[in-house]
Amino acid sequence: MNPKPMAAIAGIGWTEYSRKSGRTVEALALEACWNAINDAGLDAADIDGLVSYSLGDSVTTAVIATDLALPQLNHFADFAAGGNMACGAVLQAAMAVATGQASHVLVYRALNGASGVRYGGAEFSRLLAEHGVHSDSEPQFLDTAGITMPAQHFALLCRRHMIKHGTTNRDLAAVAMTCRQHAIDNPRAMMRKPMTESDYDKSPWIAEPFHVVDCCLQSDGACALLITSPERARDLAKPPVSILAGILGASPSNRGAMWGNFSPDHAECYGRYLGDRLFRQAGIERADLSFAQIYDCFTYSVIGQMEGFGLIEPGEAGDFFRSGHGSIGGRLPINTAGGLLSEAYIHGLNHVVEATSQLRGEAGKRQIRDAELGLVTAGGATSTGSALILGR
Amino acid sequence: MQHATLPHPVPTPLSQPFWDGCRRRQITLQRCDDCGRFRFYPCEACPYCRSRDCTWTEIDARGTVYSWIIVRRSVDAVWQARAPYIAGIIELDIQKGLLIPAIVIDCPVDSVRAGMPVEVTFEQTDASTVVPRWRPVS
Ligand SMILES: [Zn+2]
Repeated sequence: MNPKPMAAIAGIGWTEYSRKSGRTVEALALEACWNAINDAGLDAADIDGLVSYSLGDSVTTAVIATDLALPQLNHFADFAAGGNMACGAVLQAAMAVATGQASHVLVYRALNGASGVRYGGAEFSRLLAEHGVHSDSEPQFLDTAGITMPAQHFALLCRRHMIKHGTTNRDLAAVAMTCRQHAIDNPRAMMRKPMTESDYDKSPWIAEPFHVVDCCLQSDGACALLITSPERARDLAKPPVSILAGILGASPSNRGAMWGNFSPDHAECYGRYLGDRLFRQAGIERADLSFAQIYDCFTYSVIGQMEGFGLIEPGEAGDFFRSGHGSIGGRLPINTAGGLLSEAYIHGLNHVVEATSQLRGEAGKRQIRDAELGLVTAGGATSTGSALILGR
Repeated sequence: MQHATLPHPVPTPLSQPFWDGCRRRQITLQRCDDCGRFRFYPCEACPYCRSRDCTWTEIDARGTVYSWIIVRRSVDAVWQARAPYIAGIIELDIQKGLLIPAIVIDCPVDSVRAGMPVEVTFEQTDASTVVPRWRPVS
């Protein structure tokens, strides 16, 4: 009883994920875009829409439009945004296709996140402020209180969850170990060495309650997706993946990109407000999902969003992962490529690529049998984010 | 070698009264002229009733620890030099849900607890800058 999909994913592309690409972000973006075009069996001249998001660490759609010598650009969007836009960028492309603005839209994210601008690095507040993501208030009140790194913001959110729901580092470890287990069977993942609970405990504290391994990787690389109409997608090279529903929104009083000082409940996230509408729009129940790719900039982000989207009850995450329910072969496999924690940090767009691979049946050793419906989220269990429901 | 200094705030016309208050060793917040509620960070409108009228008001700056982290490793050299330290969020006693980012001092890092009562003190970090710090109420 699914409604008509608003659009379809007809092509996916990615580059090698590394710590030092030795290449420009322009070269990375182009390689991923060309791979997506070729995957769909299209010509570059068919592309008439481009969407991307960055914090000034990528190349704009104008550069890619020029490098692809596009005859005409009918729709573009360059969002100054964090990973909360990963699914939103795909939704933007889908809306452009559904409303006739463009016919073949590439969505890409390219970054030298390890060898270039590091999001985990110093002066991240300044980066957010310069790109209008922070208001002028946040840096002066956070920086002067020694809160300058994303890990610190998210650790403050995690602590609220620990206070409210009794979450522990054992629960965070279960998330990290599940993601790592999945990365082992992913040839493009950056971290493929198994992680034991003892490995987790030995990882240095960075901002308690977070160890280093509670934080996502920093990566050089790019991903791209080609979005077109469901009808057009059926004529192209690969089995189409339907975009059944999408959301891009926020909880009340969402001022502040990570620690939101006005948020009514810091142990909740945007999913609590937007999740029901997402599933209703897709015409499916949560139990229908074959898998979920949950934005994991930090281990806690997985817990907060799974609760927010109603996939588990608050406080259940640790048992869920320890019981193997989140593993491939389990009740609801989570982050089947290893996620941002163990595959790579391509700012969340790699989660959409993996979801597409799973729904096509192209995921190799980590393939979920009969994968039909998948949830992808983008946001770190803060007050803003985006999400998609994709179907075979 | 240049002496590393802590980051100093870059006040705007909106936030200047807060920092001026700190130099007087006072926490000064906007209070809505219509609904009477305090707010922080400074905003051009009341996030509770939308009113754009407010009065800067000195408060009795006591509160409790709402959230906290122990910063063990920072990529910012000036903060690394202070590590480990407690960074946190204080919920002010004058109004439920009124939060302010904070550093908690005079407290062993492993003994901070949710709900721990704290009061403000101030640290002069450079010639023209005074910032709030928070310490356990003894
Ligand atoms: Zn008011």
